[in-house]
Amino acid sequence: MNSLFSYPALFFFFFFLVHSIRSYFFMDLCSFFLSFSGGQPHKRRRTSEPIEIEDRLESLICRVGEKSTSSLESNLEGLAGVLEADLPNYKNKILRILCAVARLLPEKLTVYTTLVGLLNARNYNFGGEFVEAMIRQLKETLKNNLYNEAVYLVRFLSDLVNCHVIAAPSMVAMFENFISVTQEEDVPQVRSDWFVYVVLSCLPWVGKELYEKKDVEMDRLLSQIEGYLKRRVKTHVPMLQVWTAEKPHPQEEYLDCLWAQIQKLKKDRWQERHILRPYIAFDSVLCEALQHNLPPFTPPGHMPDAQYPMPRVIFRMFDYTDAPEGPVMPGSHSVERFVIEENLHCIIKTHWKERKTCAAQLLSYPGKNKIPLNYHIVEVIFGELFQLPSPPHIDVMYTTLLIELCKLQPGSLPQVLAQATEMLYMRLDTMNTTCIDRLINWFSHHLSNFQFRWSWDDWSDCLTVDLEKPKPKFVKEVLEKSMRLSYHQRIVDIVPPTFSALIPAEPLFIYKYEDESASSLPGYAVTVTVGNAIKNRASNEEILTILKEVPNPNQEDDDDEGESFNPLKIEVFLQTLLHLAAKSFSHSFSALGKFHEILKTLTDSDEGKLHILKVVYEVWRNHPQMIAVLVDKMIRTQVVDCAAVANWLFSQDMAHEFTRLFIWEILHSTIRKMNKHVQKIQKELEEAKDKLEKQQHKRVSLFMDKNSEDEEGQLEEQIERLQEKVESAQSEQKNLFLVIFQRFIMLLTEHLVRCETGSVDISTPWYKNCIERLQQIFLMHHVTIQQYMGTLENLLFTAELDHHILAVYQQFCALQL
Amino acid sequence: MSAKLNALNSDSYIDVSQYRDQHFKGNRYEQEKLLKQSNTLYVGNLSFYTTEEQVHELFSKSGDVKRIIIGLDKVKKTACGFCFVEYYTRADAEHAMRFINGTRLDDRIIRTDWDAGFKEGRQYGRGKSGGQVRDEYRQDYDPARGGYGKLAQQHRPTEARNSF
Repeated sequence: MNSLFSYPALFFFFFFLVHSIRSYFFMDLCSFFLSFSGGQPHKRRRTSEPIEIEDRLESLICRVGEKSTSSLESNLEGLAGVLEADLPNYKNKILRILCAVARLLPEKLTVYTTLVGLLNARNYNFGGEFVEAMIRQLKETLKNNLYNEAVYLVRFLSDLVNCHVIAAPSMVAMFENFISVTQEEDVPQVRSDWFVYVVLSCLPWVGKELYEKKDVEMDRLLSQIEGYLKRRVKTHVPMLQVWTAEKPHPQEEYLDCLWAQIQKLKKDRWQERHILRPYIAFDSVLCEALQHNLPPFTPPGHMPDAQYPMPRVIFRMFDYTDAPEGPVMPGSHSVERFVIEENLHCIIKTHWKERKTCAAQLLSYPGKNKIPLNYHIVEVIFGELFQLPSPPHIDVMYTTLLIELCKLQPGSLPQVLAQATEMLYMRLDTMNTTCIDRLINWFSHHLSNFQFRWSWDDWSDCLTVDLEKPKPKFVKEVLEKSMRLSYHQRIVDIVPPTFSALIPAEPLFIYKYEDESASSLPGYAVTVTVGNAIKNRASNEEILTILKEVPNPNQEDDDDEGESFNPLKIEVFLQTLLHLAAKSFSHSFSALGKFHEILKTLTDSDEGKLHILKVVYEVWRNHPQMIAVLVDKMIRTQVVDCAAVANWLFSQDMAHEFTRLFIWEILHSTIRKMNKHVQKIQKELEEAKDKLEKQQHKRVSLFMDKNSEDEEGQLEEQIERLQEKVESAQSEQKNLFLVIFQRFIMLLTEHLVRCETGSVDISTPWYKNCIERLQQIFLMHHVTIQQYMGTLENLLFTAELDHHILAVYQQFCALQL
Repeated sequence: MSAKLNALNSDSYIDVSQYRDQHFKGNRYEQEKLLKQSNTLYVGNLSFYTTEEQVHELFSKSGDVKRIIIGLDKVKKTACGFCFVEYYTRADAEHAMRFINGTRLDDRIIRTDWDAGFKEGRQYGRGKSGGQVRDEYRQDYDPARGGYGKLAQQHRPTEARNSF
């Protein structure tokens, strides 16, 4: 008789059918059953079935735990039944999928450990194979520097102890092996940090069970961890803190915070009430299951190219006093706080590319009724946005995600967001400059989506202090960015008249040779001639001839060739050209392109390059956005080089703009262009080398013939040229960083010496800005800078340096130790 | 064993839409290929008053912008509510599709879509009156896009007289 129609199977089938009429999940299950009438796939559809089955299995497994009219327990029970039935035919696929969800869906950890527990109870061998597969996967993720995913895998294994899949003593043994890494010598601190972090971060899930079974060993483990944490070096912490102030919330180092949380959990006798544990409902089934022992796991040794995760600081901006009504926010050292934050970070990591799904998943966090979820979400999102060195995802994602969240919770989330913004504003005085940059960009972009509606009057306190202080500076920069997304009159309209000092200037061109009153200026006549020539589409030669008329203020007698650096010539030409092209970015780009040859001629020297930048600033100083795009274009068309831009930004002429955001945006954009340029040539070199290798292999297997010999010769030549190009590009890159760091050191040393001799406090707003900008260079470009550490240490960051400046360098080094 | 799961790889915001440029020179296959590799986005529902500067500021949030071409009325040669944004890399364009599409510029929800690549002539509206086709037939009043649709504008004067 067909197995599907045997009595128990029939009952089973109809039981589910009745309960699943409105449940999509069960519809899937039932149709899944139906496709296996008799347990054999129909021969007709054989070729398409395996892929369909795999997709169906994936879908079923990935979706369990999502919103359903049936309880999670019955869904898990049903799915376990389906998978058990499929083991004979699809065991490897199921293993693969379960291993993948363990690694990629950590926010649903306990759902899947329960599922594995149920499967293990029904099929002991499968449980064993799954554990082996997980161990293989763990080894592979560690080998590939995927440390964050490895944490999820270990956590999964530890929760399998709760599901009676893995025997507690063998888990403790694995933890002991991990902690023994703290005894290793001559390894980076971040390596042993990771192993300690993994063990501690599993304890909220499995601490209770492990302590019940192996309390002596666990105590020993914890005391070893305590000893390690005490002797750890924490030089890196100040560089990663969002605020320098300890109040109202200390920015704790991540391991310190986690340790405090575990200590508290231990004091509470491992009672943890937040984590959703479906396996509890199945205890009677699971405790009958036979457990497996984890194979002894030796942590892989340290490899020089290992990239351990960088240390972090825990971002906190809310506590229980901030959520006025409703559930209380768990304390900063409660393990609940850790679990909630972990899960929310994981949800963002899984769904960041799809903002609607991400927002929906965040808002449907299980257990949301017991916590002030909106506050947790906003705190986690800002925590990521302000993370140093850089956010886990692109900045603009967070803006859009917050907008989606506001759309889904229009009655509550906007208020929490407004409250958060207010708090961030109030604490600007001690906020890291890089984080203030991100806040400026976020807030202005956010406002532009909500008609710039904001209660600016609430911030009128910023009008009473020196405009260089963080609060008025912040408002000024926000208004400037907001203007870029709208237009000048809009900004005038949205702020109270009292804020007029903070409103940006109208972004208009400033033409030195505007009218007749300028006729006394040297070179005025030529501006008229050259202006007309440009309008009449004169050729480059004709224009250069006209420009020969411009006297050179640097020389007594005019050089006939006119080849040497003539600042007036540059001024006359560029002011006129940019004035004619002032209408839009496209007009200006077109002008730069059309007269590229002339510009190259005029900027042949370093002084020429510096002067052209000076002129661009002079004419467009009320339109920083235009300055930025013109500088970008000039670098890309090689009218100026990156070092020239750096020297210009640090020059005395630009000192009065030094603390403005646009300066740093230009500098970082310049460094990024340099980096991308080096990477591009390196890639070309790699590709050429690969091509040569392929060619050589071909040659070996065939007879050597003239054509392939020529080709090889050409390739070798090309590689030699590219090699030179790479070396020259790297040298330029190194030089750029040296210039930047040298300038910083000069400026900061000057300030420090001046303050010392005058017995004045060094901590002026300018100083805070400058020293944090130096930090920012290190943090934003740490990957590139690592290559030049030797030179930096020998040439610049020597022991003779003022300790304030040296501290920044030492903190940076500490990030990777 | 480092498997990826199809069910978790959803990235629907970067999918190609149903729209296909009917004036595209080439076959369907070539068009699909270009769309899948493109670094260029079409941006629609702009206000006529939105400037290149505003577009640049917004779209720079997803990466370095290579160039912007503002769409023009074929007759008047003034902005007619769309533009092209070209990035240096595909990845930056994808971020724009994920995080800038469907948000506001100049108080309007803008829409981005993959474009096969700018060619001279494509910066002009294809509506009979010179602007975009969608502005020929729409019935609503949109002050940022020339008021009523072109067809509706021809009927408007009679209505105003009769309303007395």
